[in-house]
Order: sequence, then structure tokens, then C-alpha cells
Amino acid sequence: MTGVIDWFADPANWSGPDGVPVRLLEHLQYTLLALVIAAVIAIPLGLWIGHTGRGGFLVVGSANALRALPTFGLLVLLANVFGIALTPPIAALVILAIPPMLAGTYAGVQAVDRAIVDAARGMGMGEREVLLRVELPNALPLILGGVRSATLQIIATATIAAYVALGGLGRYIIDGLALRNFAEMAAGSILLALLAIGIDLLLAALQRTVVSPGLRTPAAIRTRPRLRAV
Amino acid sequence: MIEFRGVTKRFPDGTVAVDELDLTVTDGGITVFVGPSGCGKTTSLRMINRMIEPSGGTIEIDGTDVMSGDAAHLRRGIGYVIQQAGLFPHRTILDNIATVPMLLGWSRAKARSRAGELMEIVGLAPEMAKRYPSQLSGGQQQRVGVARALAADPPILLMDEPFSAVDPVVRESLQDELLRLQAELSKTIVFVTHDIDEAVKLGDKVAVFRTGGVLAQYDEPGHLLARPADDFVDGFVGRDRGYRGLGFLSADGLPLGALETVRLGSPAPSGDWTLVVDDADRPQGWLAGRDRTDGAPVTAEHLVPGGSLYDVTSGSLRSALDAALSSPSGRGVAVDADGRVVGSIGADDVLAALATARAAA
Repeated sequence: MTGVIDWFADPANWSGPDGVPVRLLEHLQYTLLALVIAAVIAIPLGLWIGHTGRGGFLVVGSANALRALPTFGLLVLLANVFGIALTPPIAALVILAIPPMLAGTYAGVQAVDRAIVDAARGMGMGEREVLLRVELPNALPLILGGVRSATLQIIATATIAAYVALGGLGRYIIDGLALRNFAEMAAGSILLALLAIGIDLLLAALQRTVVSPGLRTPAAIRTRPRLRAV
Repeated sequence: MIEFRGVTKRFPDGTVAVDELDLTVTDGGITVFVGPSGCGKTTSLRMINRMIEPSGGTIEIDGTDVMSGDAAHLRRGIGYVIQQAGLFPHRTILDNIATVPMLLGWSRAKARSRAGELMEIVGLAPEMAKRYPSQLSGGQQQRVGVARALAADPPILLMDEPFSAVDPVVRESLQDELLRLQAELSKTIVFVTHDIDEAVKLGDKVAVFRTGGVLAQYDEPGHLLARPADDFVDGFVGRDRGYRGLGFLSADGLPLGALETVRLGSPAPSGDWTLVVDDADRPQGWLAGRDRTDGAPVTAEHLVPGGSLYDVTSGSLRSALDAALSSPSGRGVAVDADGRVVGSIGADDVLAALATARAAA
């Protein structure tokens, strides 16, 4: 334990290309890149499938299949095909992040009360308006739930990028393991956990601001938005 | 005017929901579609705004086939109220009501000010504007549903079992509210219900559907009760239809009998039954012959509660007969619009008036 504290106290670990700020930033970059790519694929697809009701089997099937894929094996496979570059780990992370977001979006749209959709159409909304003005805002809690769970998985799994010679907080864990430096490994894990908690709090705050108060429980509508503990 | 001409709806699985329906909905009245489940009443309603498209025949609104234009455009011109209101949970009450004006491209300010007017018209307090649907009771939500349908002032209002999910007391007040609104607005309303009492209460005309999507009878509610077209309608209209039918016969010209009254606190007169009134001549209860001590002042504890009152300005033969039947003395109390006692009515007088009305018909 004292080793870990010493590690954090060592100024050398806070500067240079292997310092905490740089590694943290790298980790965030991988996470953000994978998250954005996965969201751009999964959310529109989930909205479309949820709205039309066509291809629901695809969501369930692919979500299960993709979840069953071992990310590490996938990474090694992709690294063999594409070589040591940014593409293999990001592709692996994207594949990992799609199922929770796809399932969350699909389930969110499906869960919107059919009476509301019927009323929307009956008042003269077109399909686009029904989807964007009624189904999407009502599906947001579940969509963002999918985004949060995907984000946590990406942050945790982005560690493996270090295995294919990239940066990120995973470096401390992989290098620490290679050098039998357990203090460094523990420090890397702690940083990872803190990052995951910090990002999830941020997303929870985002959820509070973008989700309509009308979708909270009646008793909670009047209370001031607060950060929810994770 | 909405005209169904030979309208049929056959679903892909082969079920016929509506079979060769010919029916004309006249402007400015409430037309009720009523019948058991599976009779095609809701399908018929939903074909008017193309939520369901007919497989045969035509539906015309003021001479224009509903299938001829754009569906969304057609729907923006027709108010639509559904069961449990179908309010948007993510929008405030004000923005829910402003939905159609916003779709029609009104400015936000104009749409919201119109929504505010409608809240007043349907009897919602202004402080509800910023609330969300989940904070409202079922009855309040349904009022919002009606306000939302009326927002762009459409000439036609389609109401699909709008009051079936609220409790009976609230339902009755919503029905009264709808009749009051309609007296002001004179919309062409098509109203679907499975409740014959609701149909008879609200409808200027009632269309009774039977299972399989066939129109069994299309008539004024009074005629429906007096002369059901066949056994199905007779059975559907239900028990006591003779008595309920009296509600559609005017009591104009019903002769009123004299009625002896006494003020509270005055000395009790002799006689069998005496009606006790307050200083404004409003009935308080009856004084029974056996309870009286001649000459002693009448006090509230002597009173036997009275029956229903017959309002001579607006009452039907049904309310007159009920007043007579529910009165402990056998004489119904007739009052004017201010609730002042003007005379009495006997069951025999009502039956005599009924015989006269029958002879005239």
C-alpha cells in the first residue's frame, strides 16, 4: 500500500510522455473516439429498428453475439490483420460498445407507450416528427443508460490498447506486470477506477439536463436536479 | 358533413371489422358510435382521419374524399382525443396543448397563448400550465386531451372512448363539461363508446353497431329507446328503456297541482303531509301527519327528507315522474330555476302526459 502512495507521490510519474496527465488524456481519447463511432452506428440504427419494428431480432441476436465475443481475442486477431496501429483496439472497443447502445436505444423506443405514438400520428405528425419529437425524447433515459454502460465498458477495456503498444492508463498495468512493479499496476487500476467514476458522474449530470423532467417520477419533478451517487 | 358510402374494412387476416357502412354525420352535433367490442365502432372512427384506411367504399368530409390528400395534413384539421388522453409525458401541459398549432407553423408565442386560452375554456387552472402529465389526475389529463384536440379550432372532433378510463363520478362531470363546451362551440363530434348510457346522454344521434361491423340502428336517442329496430338493439339498449326514454320527452304543459307549504318555525298546520320550506321558499323536507303536534312550531328535527326535485324550466317527463315516485308524500315537488317551490306533480299526471305525447306521435 505504501508503494502505491509512494508511486503517486513521485513527481516523475506526473510528467513526461509516461506521466499520468498524458496517459489519462490518451485513455480519454481512445474512449471518446470509440464511443462516438459506436454511437453514430448504434443509436440511429436502434431508433430506426425501434420505430419501424423491423429487424428487432437483429438487435437481440447481434447484441448477444457481440457480447459473447472475447474482446482480447478480437484485439489480437485485428492486430494480426491490421498490424500495430490505432485501428485494431478502436475497432475492438467499437464492437464492444455497440450492443449496449443498440439495445438501449431499441428498447427505449419500443417502451414508448403506443397510445402516445397513436396520438402523435392522429394529430398530424409525420413519421420523422413522431420519431424525433415523441419517441426520441421519451426513449432518452434508456438510450443514455446504454451510453453510460457502453462508456464504462470502453474505459475498462481500453486498457488492452496498451497490449498492442499504444498508450493510455493500461500502460501502467501492462508495464507494471512485465516489470513485476505491483505498485505501478495498482496505481494504474486506481486511476482507471477514478476515471470511470468521474465520467459516469459527468454522464449522469448530462442525463439530468437533457431528459425532460416530465419523465421522472411525479414526486421527483419539483426537486432540484442533483448529482446522483453511482 | 361526414359521409360513409359503402365503407368496408377487411384486415389482412380476413376479419371484416366494418361491413358496407352507409352513414351520414351531420354538422354541429354529437354523433355517438356505440356497440359491443368487435363491432367496428373504433375502426369506423379511425377511418375518418385515416389512422386506418378503408379497403372499400369512400368517406367524404364536406364532399372531399379523405383518401385524396396527404394524411398528416388531413389529421391536423381534425381534433383527435383518445382513451387515457395519450398526452406527451415529456412536454408540459401548455406545450401538449400547443402541439397542433406548432405543427401548423404558428409561432411559439402565439401557440402558447392559444393553449392558455384553451386551458381556461376546459376549466384547467393556469398554474397547471408548467406541470407535466404525470402530475395530473386522470380527469385533468382528459381535459388536457380535449384542449389539445381543440387547439387549432378544427371543425371536427373525433373522440375514441375518451372517458372510459376514469371513475364514474369524474366521468359524469367530464360528460357534462363536454355538453357545455359543445353548446358553446358547436363542433361536429364523432364519439365512440361501449356505454349505452353515455351514448344516450351525449348523442344528438346514436349509431348502434353489432358484432361484425354492421350498423344496426342510427337514430336519435329518444327513438332508440322508444323503438329499437330489432332484438339486438333492444337487448343492447338494456333494461328500463321505457323509463329512460321519458328523459327525452319534454314535460312542457304538464299541469301542476297546488301544494300546501309551511315555513320552518311557523306553527304546524293540520293535514296529512306538508312540505316545509325556508324563507326563500326552497324545499327543506316534509312534515308527516303523525309527527305533528298541532300549532307547535315546525323544527328541523321533525322533517322527513324529500325526494328528487322537478325543475319546471328544464325538466323532462323522467325527472317529473322521478320526483313523484321518490317523494314520501307521493306528490313530487316542482321548483323554478331559482329552486323556489311552484307546485306539485303526481305520477298519474306524468302518465297522462305520456299518453297524450304517444297519441300525437
